[in-house]
Amino acid sequence: MALDAKIPEGPLKDKWQNYLDSKNIINPANRKKIDVIVVGSGLSGGGAAATLAELGYNVKNFYFQDSARRAHSVAAQGGVNAAKNYRNDGDSIYRMFYDTIKGGDYRSREANVYRMAQLSVDLIDHMNAQGVPFAREYNGYLSNRSFGGVLVSRTFYARGQTGQQLLLATYQAIMKQVKAGNLTEYKRHEVLDFVMVDGKMRGVIARNLVTGEIERHSAHAVVLGTGGFGKIFYLSTLAMNSNVSATWRAHKKGAFFANPSWTQIHPTALPQAGEHQSKLTLMSESLRNDGRIWVPKKKNDPRKPGDIPQEERDYYLERRYPAFGNLVPRDVASRAAKERMDAGYGVGALKNAVYLDFKTAIEKHGKATIKERYGNLFTMYKKITGIDAYKEPMKISPAAHFSMGGLWVDYELGTTIPGLYAVGEANFADHGANRLGANSLLQASVDGNFVLPNTISNYLSNDISTGPISTDLPEFEKAEKEVKEQIDKLLSIDGKTPVDQIHRKLGKILFKEVAMSRNEKGLKWAIEEIKKLRQEFWSDVAVTGDAKGVNSELEKAGRLADYLEIAELMAIDALDRKESCGAHFREEYQTEDGEAVRDDKNYMYSAAWEWKGDHKWDLHKEALKYENIEVKTRSYK
Amino acid sequence: MKFTLKIWRQESPKAKGKLETFNLTDVSEDMSFLEMLDMLNEQLVTEGKRVVEFDHDCREGICGQCSLVINGQAHGHNKHYTTCQTHMRSFKDGDTLFIEPFRAKPFPIIRDLKVDRSSLDKIIQAGGYISAFTGMAPEANTINIHHEVSESAFDSAACIGCGACVATCKNSSAALFMSAKVAHLAKLPQGQVERQERVIWMVNEHDEQGFGSCTHTGACAMVCPQEVQLIDIAHMNFEYNRAMAKTM
Repeated sequence: MALDAKIPEGPLKDKWQNYLDSKNIINPANRKKIDVIVVGSGLSGGGAAATLAELGYNVKNFYFQDSARRAHSVAAQGGVNAAKNYRNDGDSIYRMFYDTIKGGDYRSREANVYRMAQLSVDLIDHMNAQGVPFAREYNGYLSNRSFGGVLVSRTFYARGQTGQQLLLATYQAIMKQVKAGNLTEYKRHEVLDFVMVDGKMRGVIARNLVTGEIERHSAHAVVLGTGGFGKIFYLSTLAMNSNVSATWRAHKKGAFFANPSWTQIHPTALPQAGEHQSKLTLMSESLRNDGRIWVPKKKNDPRKPGDIPQEERDYYLERRYPAFGNLVPRDVASRAAKERMDAGYGVGALKNAVYLDFKTAIEKHGKATIKERYGNLFTMYKKITGIDAYKEPMKISPAAHFSMGGLWVDYELGTTIPGLYAVGEANFADHGANRLGANSLLQASVDGNFVLPNTISNYLSNDISTGPISTDLPEFEKAEKEVKEQIDKLLSIDGKTPVDQIHRKLGKILFKEVAMSRNEKGLKWAIEEIKKLRQEFWSDVAVTGDAKGVNSELEKAGRLADYLEIAELMAIDALDRKESCGAHFREEYQTEDGEAVRDDKNYMYSAAWEWKGDHKWDLHKEALKYENIEVKTRSYK
Repeated sequence: MKFTLKIWRQESPKAKGKLETFNLTDVSEDMSFLEMLDMLNEQLVTEGKRVVEFDHDCREGICGQCSLVINGQAHGHNKHYTTCQTHMRSFKDGDTLFIEPFRAKPFPIIRDLKVDRSSLDKIIQAGGYISAFTGMAPEANTINIHHEVSESAFDSAACIGCGACVATCKNSSAALFMSAKVAHLAKLPQGQVERQERVIWMVNEHDEQGFGSCTHTGACAMVCPQEVQLIDIAHMNFEYNRAMAKTM
C-alpha cells in the first residue's frame, strides 16, 4: 500500500484555503443523520466532539475518566503558541512554521505544520472568546512569553495552568452540547476494540468501567483523541491512566503507526526519589525563561548550592549554546543534562538531578513578579519536596513526556483505515522528531476545533443516505467476542506478579536503551528483554477480582499488554533509523563534541509501520519534501 | 514508617459498606498518600485479594480526580492540598488513618472509595459556559481586559472540580464550586451576554441535584486545593439577586 498524504495543490500558504474551497460539505439537515464517535475528551478529542456537535452531527464521546474535565491536557502548564506578532518582534506564520520544522529536526510534513501555524491565530481568538483568563499586560492587552527553541515571544499563557484553562473552556463547550442534546457522553468507558464493516471504520467495543459490561457502539466515523503513551516508561509526566490501548488496537486493525520511538524526554521534571514513585511531576519549561541551569564544576561537591560561588558553577547550557542558552529545545536540554550526570556532576542524594536557579531573576525582577509568573509551580514544588525554591534552587531531572510518534495520518488527519481519524498527540503529524514547548496545546486544539471538523465532512458526505449502522452485524459480534476472550484470559492466568511490577521493569528497559540515547547493541538487547517480559506477563501476571463492575487491576493489565507490544516496535523503529535527529539520538551518529548527525540522504522520511500479525511489521516510508525551507544542520549555538 | 489503615470498603452502590483494617509497614516518608495505597494494593494482589478502588489520575493536583476523606478531612489535614500531593512525611509513624470516600447525597459511591460526581457536570451543563462556537470569535486583542480583572477571573477559574468543598460542607452544598464558575465568567466582558440566565439556571440545577444550601460556615474554602475564596459565593449571591431583580 502506497502512502498518500493527500497534500492539496498550490503554494504552501494557500493549501488549506484551497482545500476548504474544494472539499465536500454536508447540508445541516443531513448532519443529524450522521453519528460520529470521538474517543477522548481532551483538547483534541474534546475540541472535535464539541465542534462536531455545534455543527449538528450526532456525537458520542467516550473517555475513561469520571468527567470530561479530567483529560490530561489539564496538566499542561506553560502555554500555547500563536503567530500573532503582538510583540512586534518579527514573528510571523512563516517564522513559526520555520521554528517548528527546525525544532522537529526536519522530520515533519511542511503542509501540516504550516496549517498549524496559520490556525494558531484563530485558536487564541477562539479560546479568548470562551473566557480563558489569559495573562494580560497592565494596558489590558494579551501578554506573551518565550519558550524553548525560538527567539520571539509567541507563547500565550494563563499562569502556569494554561492547559487547565484551555481544557476547561473545551469542557464547558462539551457541557453545553450535552445539554443541547447534540452530544452523548460515555464517561468511565474504555474503548477496547474497533469494528470495521466493508473496509470502513464503523464502531467500537467499549467496556463500561462501572458495570463491567462490554458494549457495542456504532458510528459512521471514529475519531481518536486519546493522547500520547509516555506512561509506557512507568515513570513519566503523564497521568496514571493515560495509555496507548485505543491507538494500538486500531493499529492492529490496520492503522499504520508512525515514528513510535520518538518520545520527548522533558528536561525539567522532578527527580525520582525512590522505588515507590509512581509519577514524575513536570515543572513547566516556562521556568527556563527566568531560571538558570547549572551543576557544580567539582564532582560530588558536598556544599549547599547557595554556598557554591559563581565561578565554581558550570552553567552548561549557556556555555555550550550561547545563542539560545537556557532556552534550547527540550531534546538538547535533556541530553545535555544527561551528559553532565553521566560524567558524574549530578546533584541530589541519587546524583540524578541538576539545579534550576532563580536567584538572578529574583534579584532582577523581584520576588513578586516571579511569583505572579510561576507562583503555582513554586507552590507545587514545595508541596512535593518540602523545599522553598524562592530561597534555594530547584532540583530537576529529565522525564518521559510527549509522544511525537502516533498513528500515521494524511493531511485530512485520516489514518490508513477509511473512516478512522486521529487528532492531537494520538497522531504523528506536526512535531517531527522533537516537539517545541507550547506547540502541544496548540496542535491538539487546532486539530480538534479547526481541522478535523472540516476534513471529516469530506468523508462523511458519502454517508448521508447510509442510515444508522446496526450493532447486530456479525462484525460487532466477532469483535465483542475477542474482547471478552482477552479479558477472560487476563483473569485466568492466576500468576504471582502484580501488573505494576512488570510495568516498572518495562519502564527501566525502555528508559535505559530506548530513551535519550540509543545504540544498536542496546536496542537489540531491549527487544529481547521486552519479548521475555511479555512472556512473563502472559504467564505470571496477577489480576485479582473479576470482570463484573469496577476492577482497576484489570484495566491496568489490559493497558500493559498493549504497552508490551508497542515497546518492541519502538525499539525496532529506533534500530531502523541509523541517524540522529531530534529526540532520536543514536550514539553511533554524533559529532566529536556530541551533537547529533542527521542523514538526510537516507532517512528523510516518516516511518509508518504496518502490523502484519504476530509481532511482525512492514515499514512504509513517507518521503518528506522541503520546498519552502532550506534544510540545514539544526544548531542552537 | 508503619500505619494502621481503616479503609471504607463497599462492593457496589447499593451494598452495605464497612471499614476494613489493614496494617502496613515499611512505608517511606517520601511516598505520596496514593503511592502508599499503591503499596497496599500491590500487597493485596500478591495475597490474591481484590484491591481497594480509588479515583486518581494526574497525581499533580490539577485533574481533580483524586478524592478521599482522611481522618475526617477532605484531602487530608494539609490545608489546600489534594490527596495526591499529600506525602506520608506529614503523618506520624504508627498513626491510625481512617480513609473514606467523599460523602454527599449527590455523590453516590461506586465502589470502595470511588464516587460519582456527575452532579457537578450537570451544574456546568445548566449554564457554566460562554456560547462561543468555533469560528465565531473576534480578534483577541479587540477585547481589552484590565490585568487585575483577568487575574481575579483566573483565581475563580482555577477550580479543579474535585468536590472537596461538597464533602466538607455540613450541608453538602456545592456553592463554592458553582460560585467559582459564576464569578469567573461574570468578571469577564465575554461573559456578560449570558450573565443573567447563567446564574439562575446553575443555581436551580444545583438544588435539583440534591446539593444543600450554603450557610456561610466557610469550611469549603479551608480545604479547597486551589484556594477559591468565600467571596465568590458572595459574588454569586449578588449575581443571583441581580438576575432575579431583572426578571421581575
